[in-house]
Amino acid sequence: MTPGEPLIRWDWLGSHAGEIGQRVGEHLELTLIAVVVGLAIAFVLSVLALRVPRLYPPITWTTGILYTIPSLALFALLVPYTGLSLLTAEIGLVSYTLLILIRNIVAGVRGVPAEVREAARGMGYTDRQILWRVELPLALAVIFAGIRVATITTIGLVTVTALIGQGGMGYFILLGIQLFFSTPLIVGALGSVMLAVLADGGLVLVQRALTPWTHAR
Amino acid sequence: MDARTVSALASLARWLTDPANWQGSHGIPVRILEHIELSGLSVLVAVAVAMPIALYFGHTGRGGFVAINVANIGRALPSLALLAFGLVIAISLGLGLGFWPTVFALVPLAIPPVLTNAYVAVREVDRDVVDAARGMGLSESQILRSIEVPLGLPLMLSGIRTAAVNVVATATLGALVAGGALGRFIVDGLALQEYDQLMAGALLVALLAIVTEVSFAALERATVPPGMVAIR
Repeated sequence: MTPGEPLIRWDWLGSHAGEIGQRVGEHLELTLIAVVVGLAIAFVLSVLALRVPRLYPPITWTTGILYTIPSLALFALLVPYTGLSLLTAEIGLVSYTLLILIRNIVAGVRGVPAEVREAARGMGYTDRQILWRVELPLALAVIFAGIRVATITTIGLVTVTALIGQGGMGYFILLGIQLFFSTPLIVGALGSVMLAVLADGGLVLVQRALTPWTHAR
Repeated sequence: MDARTVSALASLARWLTDPANWQGSHGIPVRILEHIELSGLSVLVAVAVAMPIALYFGHTGRGGFVAINVANIGRALPSLALLAFGLVIAISLGLGLGFWPTVFALVPLAIPPVLTNAYVAVREVDRDVVDAARGMGLSESQILRSIEVPLGLPLMLSGIRTAAVNVVATATLGALVAGGALGRFIVDGLALQEYDQLMAGALLVALLAIVTEVSFAALERATVPPGMVAIR
């Protein structure tokens, strides 16, 4: 970022291609673990909230507080306990997915028309069968909207975990800031945005494959 | 609680009650004020940019696609990446480190929720009410000022709240580019492995974010027009 220095030094890109690939993999891994674990926890809490509606406000309130805590602050608070580790990063990342996922799962299931549920009951479905065969498939579009938002948000947040020694593309951003060198800065920033866009596109395709009835005309 | 938790909390309490940490240009009050100044300015700029666009689009019903999609694009922009871009822009404009790179990062972060919510707020005002107002001879700007804005105000404020909480949280990262504010404690604490300072900083930022959230929620409730309260 000194005058005369180009914004991107292409030779740096070439000589660091291997490392960039490795960090992309790390970024995706951190994201995938967070979203999958987040989805599992959110699913359990959502089913709980659907069965016992009284529990829904405290669940959203708690996950809402977690969501409000700044990411850097949350990672920082965990460091004395779990160190500069993958676990620290994942605890933070998972916490941020919960509110979005729970809201969408609950809203999706509650949005299933009552007649459909009654019809399933009339056909002799048990509560469990109604959940798995009727409510969840019909709620899939709304749930997927939540997964998309959670994934994009997580991909962005992963960059912040560079400060606790993880980070994927965030590593390059931090490197760029420390060295005052714009090439890794731009590689990290653009790389993270591109990953978010690509992941979102990928999820749209997965959603279409899973819910063929939503676009069959 | 195990021994480690107790000792961590004890050293946190010691750090927070140490008078030395409450004084001077590196003290807690100064850092809190810096944080509020940085966040406040960024949100104000974002509102100044986004509001006219949202009101125009909302009132005319044009550009809905753009207004909604801005929100989705905004979510894909990672805060650290925005800071990186902010740094490049600020340096090339000769504005130096610290304050301005952070503002450049925070403004684009704050625009999407403000824009989308204000757009939706205006669009969702009952069209019958707007038609009635037009029939009574109100001009377009009168409709906007005395019908659409007051009725949409709670939703607009909820967009500003989302933006403000996000900005307060992200302003922490400003310390990475030599900025002040509460992030200083966290970044320095991490670098020096001073966990008391680190945890104090984290706690203060988290509290500030929650206070922001709660105050805006109260403001939202207070601005619901009396007629709408009656309906609810």
